[in-house]
Formats: sequence, C-alpha cells, structure tokens
Amino acid sequence: MPAISRDEVAHLARLARIDLSDDELNHLAPQLDVILQSVAQVSEVAAQDIPPTSHPLPLTNVFRQDEIRPCLSAEEALAGAPIVDGAQAVEDERFRVPRILGEEA
Amino acid sequence: MSTPAATVPDLLDYDEVLERFDPVLGLEVHVELNTLTKMFCGCPTEFGAPPNSQVCPICLGMPGSLPVVNGKAVESAIRIGLALGCDIAEWCRFARKNYFYPDMPKNFQISQYDEPIAISGEVELEVEGQTFKIGIERAHMEEDTGKSTHVGVTGRIHGAEYSIVDYNRAGIPLIEIVTKPIEGTGALAPQVARAYVAHLRDLMRALDVSDVRMEQGSLRCDANVSLRPLGETAYGLRTETKNVNSLRSVERAVRYEMCRQGALLAAGGKVMQETRHWHEDTGITTPGRSKEQAEDYRYFPEPDLVPVAPSRKWVEELGTTLPEPPAQHRKRLFEAWGFTEMEFRDVIGAGALLLVEATVAAGATPAAARKWWLGELARRAKETEVELDALSITPAQVAEIQALVDAGKINDKLAREVFDGVLAGEGSPEEVVAARGLAVVSDDSALGAAVDRAIEANPDVAEKIRGGKVAAAGALIGAVMKEMRGQADAGRVRELILERLGAE
Amino acid sequence: MTDLTKLTAAETARLIRDGEVSAVDVAQAHFDRIAKVDDRIHAFLHLDTEGALGAARRVDEKRAAGEELGPLAGVPLALKDVLAMKDVPTTCGSKILEGWRPPYDATVVQRLRDADLVILGKTNMDEFAMGSSTENSAYGPTRNPWDTDRIPGGSGGGSAASVAAYQAPLAIGTDTGGSIRQPAAVTGTVGVKPTYGGVSRYGLVAFSSSLDQVGPCARTVLDAALLHSVIAGHDPFDSTSIDQPVPPVVEAARAADVRGLRVGVVKELGGEGFQPGVEQRFNEAVALLTELGAEVVEVSCPHFVYGLPAYYLIAPSECSSNLARFDAMRYGLRVGDDGIRSAEEVMSLTREAGFGAEVKRRIMIGAYALSSGYYEAYYGQAQKVRTLITRDFARAFEQVDVLVSPTTPTTAFRIGERVDDPLAMYKADLCTIPSNLAGNASASFPCGLSPDDGLPVGLHVMAPVMADDRLYRVGAALEAASVQRWGHPLLEEAPEL
Ligand SMILES: [Zn+2]
Repeated sequence: MPAISRDEVAHLARLARIDLSDDELNHLAPQLDVILQSVAQVSEVAAQDIPPTSHPLPLTNVFRQDEIRPCLSAEEALAGAPIVDGAQAVEDERFRVPRILGEEA
Repeated sequence: MSTPAATVPDLLDYDEVLERFDPVLGLEVHVELNTLTKMFCGCPTEFGAPPNSQVCPICLGMPGSLPVVNGKAVESAIRIGLALGCDIAEWCRFARKNYFYPDMPKNFQISQYDEPIAISGEVELEVEGQTFKIGIERAHMEEDTGKSTHVGVTGRIHGAEYSIVDYNRAGIPLIEIVTKPIEGTGALAPQVARAYVAHLRDLMRALDVSDVRMEQGSLRCDANVSLRPLGETAYGLRTETKNVNSLRSVERAVRYEMCRQGALLAAGGKVMQETRHWHEDTGITTPGRSKEQAEDYRYFPEPDLVPVAPSRKWVEELGTTLPEPPAQHRKRLFEAWGFTEMEFRDVIGAGALLLVEATVAAGATPAAARKWWLGELARRAKETEVELDALSITPAQVAEIQALVDAGKINDKLAREVFDGVLAGEGSPEEVVAARGLAVVSDDSALGAAVDRAIEANPDVAEKIRGGKVAAAGALIGAVMKEMRGQADAGRVRELILERLGAE
Repeated sequence: MTDLTKLTAAETARLIRDGEVSAVDVAQAHFDRIAKVDDRIHAFLHLDTEGALGAARRVDEKRAAGEELGPLAGVPLALKDVLAMKDVPTTCGSKILEGWRPPYDATVVQRLRDADLVILGKTNMDEFAMGSSTENSAYGPTRNPWDTDRIPGGSGGGSAASVAAYQAPLAIGTDTGGSIRQPAAVTGTVGVKPTYGGVSRYGLVAFSSSLDQVGPCARTVLDAALLHSVIAGHDPFDSTSIDQPVPPVVEAARAADVRGLRVGVVKELGGEGFQPGVEQRFNEAVALLTELGAEVVEVSCPHFVYGLPAYYLIAPSECSSNLARFDAMRYGLRVGDDGIRSAEEVMSLTREAGFGAEVKRRIMIGAYALSSGYYEAYYGQAQKVRTLITRDFARAFEQVDVLVSPTTPTTAFRIGERVDDPLAMYKADLCTIPSNLAGNASASFPCGLSPDDGLPVGLHVMAPVMADDRLYRVGAALEAASVQRWGHPLLEEAPEL
C-alpha cells in the first residue's frame, strides 16, 4: 500500500502553494511515496519514553533588551520588491501585491 | 467562494432567543504590548509612523534573518498572566503557526501552541449587580502581522483590484488571552462580554503593559458565540466574529450573533462554523474567509528560538509589581470618593472609573471629575461614537479646567467652550482660554456698567430687590450675563447688583 | 615568481603583512585564476570584483599606514551563496531569489569584513542547500576539479571546488547534513562543521534551522582553523548561539598532536554500501593515527543508522516552513501577476516556477510530516531518534575523545548518476548526518585517493559539543604525517586545469 496517494500529493502542493503540473504530480507522487516509506523507519526505534529533541543544545531564556535599533529606511525595505511589467511592485511606500482573497474593501 | 445567498439574514427577537436558547461565549483578546521594540527585533512600535519605516530584515522576514525574544515582552506576559490569576509555566516554547498570507512576512507566525506561558486563570466581573467568574484558558505570546489595504479601482478591468502592504505592525508583541467557555450568562451575555473586555482593558492599563486603544487596534477582541437549546449541555456550533473594535461593538456583535444564530436554529437550520466580520457601521456580521476545510497550521517548535523557562524567583519578583486587584481598587475608590452606590455604578458603567481617578489625582474633587466625565464628556463621546477614553482630552486637562472654574477665571458655561477647544486640538485649557478670549470679566467697571444698564432696563425687578426680594436678582444676573456673552463671574455680578440696590 | 594562488591562507597573510606582496595583487591573481578555470568548474555564481579589490586596497592602505593586520588580512575567500551579503546578489542557487540584493550583512560576513578578508564572490550550491552534488543549482552544476565529469559534492560544491581549484585559498560553507564535509571529502580538501551554535547563523538563509551550521573550507588544517576562529563566537542576533569562548582551534592545529588521544571507530559507519577503496584509505588513516600515538578502539553507535530517515523528516519539515517566505510578495521572483490573479494564485505560480524539483520534494515531505494526524508518526518520531543519536554520542564520548568514520560511503559520483534517485543521493550523507542531529562538531580531512578510481577520500572526525579543537588536533596530525608520506599535499595530484 502506498504511503501517500496522488491526491494527497496534490493536496500537499496546494497547502505548500506550489502549482504543480500534472506531469510533475505524476512524477513526484511515486518519489514521495518511496521517500516516505523509507523514512517511516523512524517508528521502529523511538519508544514512548524517549523525549523528543527539538533543539540540539539545552539553552533557555535567551532574551534581548527592549532597546530600539536602527531600522531600514522605507526605500531600503522596498528596494527588493518584485518586478511586475518592468517596474517594482511598490505603491505609496507600500508593497503592492495581487488582490488578497477574502479581503474586503 | 461565498454562498450565493448573500441576502441579509433573518434575526430572531432577542427575548425569543433567550426563551429557547442558552448562549455560550468564548472570548479571544489580543493585547498589543507597549514595549519600545517589537517582539523579535529592535524596530520601534510607535503607532502611526509612515509606512514601512519601522521595519528591518527580521520583521520583514528577509532570508537569513533570525528572531531574538524581547525580554520585556516576556516580563509583560508573565505579569499579565499573574494578574489574570494564571499559573506561569516553568518551561514553555514558541511554535510556528504555518499559513500563507501576504501580511505575514515569513508565512508563519511565531506564536505559542501547546506550551503557553500562562494557563488556568480566572477573573471576576460584576454586571448589573451579578457576579460572573470568567475562566481564563491561557495567555500566550505571539507577533502581530502587517497591515494590508485593499485598493479597488472601479471601471477598469486590468489591474482593477490589488492590495498594498505596510509591515510596520509586523512583529509587534501580542498577548493573546483566551477564555474558557463562558456559560450561564443568559440575557446578560452581551454585557458580560463587554464587561470582560473592559475589565481586561483596565487591567492592562493598570499593569502599564499596553496602550489598550481599541480604535487603534492595540486591544482586539474575537468573539466566539454559540447557542444551545435550553437544558442541553453539549455546545452548539460556534462562529468567531472578528474586527470588533470597541466595547460597544463587543456588546452589539454578541447580541447580533445570538439573534442571527437564533433565527437559523429556530428555522431548523444549522450554524456554519466560520469566521465572521463585524461591521461597525451597519451593525451586522458577514462571513469571512471561506474555510473549505479546517486550516492545518502544521505547528512545530520554533527552532530559531530557545525555550523560555522563567525562574520562580523572577516570577515572584514580578508578582510584587502587580497593581491592586480591580475589586479591591473599586472598593477603595468607593470609600474614598463618597459617591452613592448608584453614582459609583454609573461611573463604572460609563467606563470612567480610571478617568475619574486620574482626574482626582490631578487635583479635581471627585464630584467635579464625575460631573465632567459623565456629563459633558460622555455626551460628546456619544455624539462622536467613540469611547470616553478615546476623546482627545486627558484627565489632567479636565482637572485643569475645573481648577480654572474654581479660581473664577471661567464659569461652567465657558468651561464647555474650553472643552470644545481642547478636543479640537487647540492646545491646553490655558491656551484655549487665551486664544478664544474666554476669561470671565471680573473688571468691576465694565461689569458695573452692565449692571447699571440692567437695573435701568428692568425697573420693576430692581424695585422688588430693593424691597428685599433678593431672589429676584436672578433675572438681572441673567440679563448681565447675556450682555457679557456669558463671560462674567456670576457671583460677582450678584454682589454688584445687591450692592447697588442696597439689599443684603 | 610564486604563484599566489598556490599559497596557503596563512602564508598569503604573512606575505601581505610583511609587505612582500600586496593584497590587491593577491586578489587579482585569484580573479585571473577564476577567469582561466571557472568556465570548466563553475564554482562561482557571482564575482564581486569591485568590492573585493576595494577591500584588498584597504588592507594595503592599512599596512602602509602601519596598522596592525589580523591573521587573515588580505586573504581572498569564496562565500557560499546562501549567506546574505549587503548589496551583492544572494540567490541560494535558486531562481526564486534571482536579482535579490540583501540590505544587510550576515554576521559571518561582517566578521570576515572586520578581519579584512577579501570576499571574491558567491559560490554555487544545491538550491537552498538541498542536495549532495550541486546538481540542484538552478544555475547549472559545479564540476569536481579532480574529474570534471563528476560532482564536487553538495550542497557546498562551489565552495569546495573553488578551494580545490585554487580559485580561493579559503571558502565559507554551510552544513545541514554534510554540505561542508562531503564536498571536502570528494574534492580532497578540509571542511569543518563547527558545533551547532559555535558560529552565528544570522544571515544564513535557513534550510533547516536546528541543523544548519556555518563553517570553514580550506586546503590545509591550519587555514581552516584560522578561518574558524575569525567567524566563530557568540552573536546576540542568533538566539541559538553559544555564549562561551571559542575552542582553541588554532592552537590545536598548530600542536598537531594526537598522542594519548582516544579515537573511536564507529562500527555502524562502514561495511555494506561502502566503496572498498574508501574503506581501505580510511583504515590506513586510522592506522596512521595509531602510529602517531592515538589509542584506537571500536565503538558502537547503534542508532546512527536511523539518522538518515530522521534527518529526511526533520530537515524537510523545517524547510517547508523556512521556505514559505518565498512567496513573490516582498522580494525575488513574481510570476503570473496579471492584475487579475489573486495573491494566492501568484504565490503558487511563482513557487512552481521558482523552485527546482528537489526543493519541491522536500517542501512537500515536510508539509506532510508536520500535518495534523501525521506529526507524531513522522516529525515526533524523528525528534525521538534525535534524542537516541545524541545519547549514542554521549555514551561514545565517555569512552573516547573523538569518533571517526569515512566521510562518505563512496568517492565522487558522476554528474547525472543519482539525479532522479533521491534515496541514492541521500545516502551520501549517511556518516555526516548524526553530528547535525546531535549538534556536535565534526570535520573531513583528506586521507588519500581511492585505489579503485583515483579520487579523494575523506576521514570524518567527530568531537563533542564545543570540543572543536580536537578535530584540528586529529586533522593537523594526520595532514603532517600524510604529506610526509606522500611527499606533497594531496591536491598536487589533481590534474592541471
Ligand atoms: Zn524589525
């Protein structure tokens, strides 16, 4: 039984915002399946009483002082904005982005 | 996308809702902290700066940048947790909440998931003489998003719609406070919701951890509302109403949702579990982002940050910095001010407790402070549909105006004009008095001339006063005040009249 | 006249300090070398000629003004294109970042500048450091100077190849599962992955935040140590940075002494799947260490074999989140914005066009492993394996001072050979991954050419957290003895380019 179906891969692609073509889906789905079957080995060893490690080092409480640091200027912040139709997608010192679904006027 | 039935929904009469259903609330309040800098970077948090002028590689989520926790924000989170009666976690972590949205620079929000910094608290509220205990599920730390503005250009097809995004707000520290389900409020559900938010607002202000300006978004409430048939114990499907930006709206939105859901359920329909938006202007809620399926946020521990493990010593130290508990605070003020219970309750109901307190602290008598905030200023707040504390006048300025009255420099009538000036941004009370030429005339020669004219014009009244009917002086005082366009010290006018007419 | 590109970094710095050569001449010699050979190697994605010559000029001016120069002042360096460098293109080998010029410097870049190194340019890499061959670069593969039909390792193939091809004496790499060490092994160079937290990650474009680490690439052990000490040390901009003194790596490299050092050979990292020539050279290196006075024993780390599957869950999970920011809104590529499509559609089209196949594979594996319902079985389990591997290391380091294994199971494979077989590709990192999962220090040092194909083999040395100096003790001792045995550094056997 495959670990992951083509439909699930399509769902993951949507979740990850990647507009996969059908060809890619056909190609990727069996690859992901092989990889997932292989990595599933982790379940062989890790017993209940083993604590998970999320950080390789046991550091805690790393804080910074509440002190203002220099910002970028708006110009610097916007300098990397993507190019659309030969011009930077910037308007009114803001990033110009395509319409956002569900957002109201 | 949205359902085709975009008609205005039916509403069930409020009393009918209560005859058949029992409301259950859940309130999620976001408090923007008033730290100088953002949650994970050193950018300032000042409200109203030019767009994208308070950003850096970190809060813009630029490749390679890393977050570092603002220690002051953790301190505020702990103090808030303690003030809400919560347990402070001995060890907790940040987690990433993954979802794509253009106003979120990294497309994940650094938040806390199953390990919040504060859990299991309780607050007590008094609403219309009844006491309600609101359970606090948790309070956790997270970062705010940027702000997108929808730009719609009508009459053009190409480029007709887009958004522009300002990331100044992105990364501002937020504390999200989540209640346990609030049951047993019945008809008072909307007021309880309002009172709860007002309580948090006052608490945050007393803790000095936030500006708590609802109209600026530094205090935001998402209201979860569900109904269940009377006698049922299982919860009904709930809606989450966002964009509720004033205390009044909290109350209205809860009430609206109760009536809307009531109508649906009464007609045999179902409530959709969804996010809804509150519209202040029309007083309705509309469905928000459609959710085909529950979002899968793929939370996992934030690998770029290390766990937060507040020492017990630190927590204890912060515990000593907490303000007086609200109930005790109210009791103390009630005893100090000498108001009747009714008067005191009115002050609380108007959300003016802290304002009156601050005005008294600035030198006014409790009665005077109460008079202005509940009278003149409450009227203006209502007219402009803002909260009292959103008026652009400070308690110190109110006290200053009262001091001018007490010193005889202005009278109550002129004081109202001074309020006009201060609220219009013309400067301090003194400056308004000077600029508008509002000082009362206490120059006896000018007043005397006006008094003489009044006596001359009203011989019969003058005669009565001469005859000992001192009470009749009011008519002459009125005439003088009218001539002086109100800018006279009425007490002095009275003295002059009685003096001239030989009455005592 | 000496060929300035053949000098070690230490020698170069000394000549510049002594005024025997100018930093500008050194930089120019390297640009000339790059111009001569990089069309065949393709180690560089971008050259910052102006910036480098400016930096070199400042070094010469400082010297002229009698200012004291640091131990690597004026030495050219190649920077992996995954580190942010202000105003210089930073692509991470991806189309999605084409044209992006960061408005800030990575901490490592800042430290390199402060130490007066001369950054020649940005080196090629597997896209977002995902790969073991540099074939996943959107800008074409880098080739191995030993055999240009073969891969230079990955993801930092560009950095390793630039050093091996004498285009730079030093390079900066990053290592998430072996991306410094595996390229070092297959190019016959030195590559060190410092202790996690030893070098700041600020400005390193994250692949897998809990595994990524910046480190030095060099031709000699001392050069690597000198560079290590320049870039290492606490950084308040990286919460995972260790606030402790840098281990004495330069002293260790100079001491080159393994007498009495207890060396553990990891039983599980060898045997089946390992190229016989690789094992032969590895065994010889271990024998040499014994000759030099080390005490060698066999050690078992039973969970290391689970490192690979754990890694291929943890790294994709973190990357699926880290790479979410590449969404066409604020920087980089934007595809399909016709004024009608929604932001969501433009994001999806851009990510489809901007990411290569391996990046997409990993993002989706990660999204899957973190999904509700699968989290415990995949990500949660992988984190437990991480604990087990850390415990294996802890037990082993109770018995020995360092652990050793071959760096890679095989020598450099041919370009194209494993492109469409992800699992085969992933095996290249079998020996290197455990150190990333546990966060300890490790390195690869040249230990000869495999007799079966004449290609370089690396000795992998693993040391406990913040005991990075032990790596250099082993590496330097091995290097001195090997060079004596061979009569010259290994790289001199590489074909002329
Ligand atoms: Zn910032």
